[in-house]
Amino acid sequence: MSQGLALHRDLEAFVQRDDAGRGRLELLVTGARCAGCIGKIEKAVRAMPGVSAARLNLTTGKLAVDLEPGKADPERVVETVEGLGYRACLFDPAEAGAAQDREGKELAIALGVAGFGAGNVMMFTVPAWAGLFGQELNASTLTLMYWMAAIVATPCALFAGRPFFRSAWASLKRGKANMDVPISIGVILTLIVSFSETMLGGKHAYFDAAVTLLFLLLIGRYLDHRLRASARSAARDLLALQAPVALRLVDGVEQGVPVAEVKVGDRLVVAPGERVPVDGVVEAGRSELDNALISGETALVPVAEGARLHAGALNLSGRLVMAATARSEDSTLAAIARLMEAGAQARSSYVRLADKAAALYVPVVHTAAALTFVGGWVLGLGVREALLRAAAVLIVTCPCALGLAVPAVQIAASSRLFRKGVLVKSGAALERLAEADHVVFDKTGVLTEGKPALIGAPDQLVALAAPLARASRHPLARALSAAAGAGPVAVDCVETAGQGVEGVIDGRRARLGRAAFVGVRGGDARETELWFGFEGDLKIRFVFEDRRRADAAETIARLRRLGMSVEVLSGDLAGPVGDVAGALGVSDWRAGLTPFEKAEIVDRLKSEGRKVLMVGDGLNDAAALAKAHVSMAPGAAVDAAQTAADLVFTGEGLGAVVEAVETARESRRRALENFGFSGLYNLVAIPAAVLGLVNPFVAALAMSGSSIAVLLNAARPRLGRRA
Amino acid sequence: MNIILILAPASIGLGALGLAAFLWTMNAGQYDDPEGDAARILYDHLDDKPPADPER
Repeated sequence: MSQGLALHRDLEAFVQRDDAGRGRLELLVTGARCAGCIGKIEKAVRAMPGVSAARLNLTTGKLAVDLEPGKADPERVVETVEGLGYRACLFDPAEAGAAQDREGKELAIALGVAGFGAGNVMMFTVPAWAGLFGQELNASTLTLMYWMAAIVATPCALFAGRPFFRSAWASLKRGKANMDVPISIGVILTLIVSFSETMLGGKHAYFDAAVTLLFLLLIGRYLDHRLRASARSAARDLLALQAPVALRLVDGVEQGVPVAEVKVGDRLVVAPGERVPVDGVVEAGRSELDNALISGETALVPVAEGARLHAGALNLSGRLVMAATARSEDSTLAAIARLMEAGAQARSSYVRLADKAAALYVPVVHTAAALTFVGGWVLGLGVREALLRAAAVLIVTCPCALGLAVPAVQIAASSRLFRKGVLVKSGAALERLAEADHVVFDKTGVLTEGKPALIGAPDQLVALAAPLARASRHPLARALSAAAGAGPVAVDCVETAGQGVEGVIDGRRARLGRAAFVGVRGGDARETELWFGFEGDLKIRFVFEDRRRADAAETIARLRRLGMSVEVLSGDLAGPVGDVAGALGVSDWRAGLTPFEKAEIVDRLKSEGRKVLMVGDGLNDAAALAKAHVSMAPGAAVDAAQTAADLVFTGEGLGAVVEAVETARESRRRALENFGFSGLYNLVAIPAAVLGLVNPFVAALAMSGSSIAVLLNAARPRLGRRA
Repeated sequence: MNIILILAPASIGLGALGLAAFLWTMNAGQYDDPEGDAARILYDHLDDKPPADPER
């Protein structure tokens, strides 16, 4: 990042300007955690010329910088923040606008208004209930109370109900009925009936029920939104982080250009530590590439002039000059992104539990209400009494409990998982996870740790080579120095890109690197190795292996006990994949797969009716992650994989996968219990309402009673199981 | 009974005041950065006022 920014680029596109020419710039800052960070960053940025104000939002990590007219140097701002030791990148203004949580704000305001209405309407309805039980309250006072309740409740209910009305209308236009349809009809009909009763001096008006119903439902709706919003903003930040820049070489001068503008034949520079922006061929330079995220291959690939490069590969050691052979849109990465998009679309058609319940509930309740009206009329109750009873049916069967049944359980489950280091992106993800019956694991970085570790080397040999290893930033050298621990560093070190490092240890010249570099012929290309030797002395060979995660075998056994079948799909060579699968007792494995083959296999499993849980971490898994029924990625996974996955787990172990599956199944059971409870409750309430036994007091009691029961069931700790 | 005509509007007025205060804090962006606000209050040199224009 900082290498790219050291060059001159026109970043005016990232500045939003108002009419007076004052600019606003947004940066995503990672690493800021405390009050000290805020002070350091804001002070440094404010002190810059041309900056009038700076404010860091610690919750979202966004730094908003106000610029004076004319002078704008976004690069300097980024450099200043990075100079303080934080990672910073510019936020696309279009993304920044979308990042504001409008929906959450609207729901919170609706919730506030409904809460106000529900609280204050009680002032008038509680005395009215007293009148229902024969206390001293004459008819005109009752009517007065109802009128005052109407004045408070009606505007509140109409305002707070807007999210439901809108959603119900949208659903009806598509010719379907979601949960919001009975809610909207119930609220509006209740208000109409209550008004007509109040005007006619009747005893039953349900203004309190209408607004309390909305208040309880909005609580559920808001919880559900919070769950999704946190995950969505994380995904958006990832997209903004990928604001890609390629370095184009024009007449020997490096120029930063957006990757989308790279044309076939352009000469590009890839500095060490950066990713290859588009597919291409090396023109000059030598280096080693880490393809793990593209193909899942663990071995580092040496490249020299003429070698093919795939977009997304990480350049490890040397500066490369390459010729682009494809535009960004035609590169491997873009093809993976398109597959991901297709997967996400297919997934959005998933029907959630609550909507399935609504599909059952809506016709039953509405038929019951209609029959009550028609039946009551025919049996001679009169239009007014018949309509009142029909409205009572709609009110007591209020879908509060149904509306809360799922979100309350899912919030409890996801906060439990969050404490265990698993981030759940949406409630729907939990529902899909509960259905999964087949687990597909990626190998590199999932079943294994994803980084090389030294194996089987005696301590004294490691100590011999360690001083030179400490001088290098190469992943294998780092693994070697990690095995040796802290100690002296060699002097006069020179690193040769793609070859190795040379330096002086205790006065003797030594080399550490590839076999040829150290002076050994051959070497074993099938294994990841590093050679070390003093000048004119014996050469020592170090072998590295991608270690299995400590609890991989246990995790697989536990998943099998849960009735799930396990399969391994990897892009790595057959040898290492077979070894890992064999050691873990998985007979179902495939190696050497391209990202597209992985996605295809997942698709085929899906068409066989399997519900696939995909666990993967690489770019090569992203498409399969998006296509699977449900997917998980470790916290160390590439951004794209984390974006595509439904759940992200942190920590060293794989145990989180089992934990998540168990919790998801448990919460599905809880949600079904809640539905069962609501059904049982309606079985009693509907006949009571039809027979005219329900009055406003009973309706209010039944409504809050059923909602509280559902909430308590959701919050109930797990019984008879270890936590 | 006439007292109701004074007390009822008065209590609704108080409730409405609370609601108005909530809406104001919402629109003033006071819930936008709970973590940052908790940190800002600790030091005098930090800007502990809400952002001037949360909507921009």
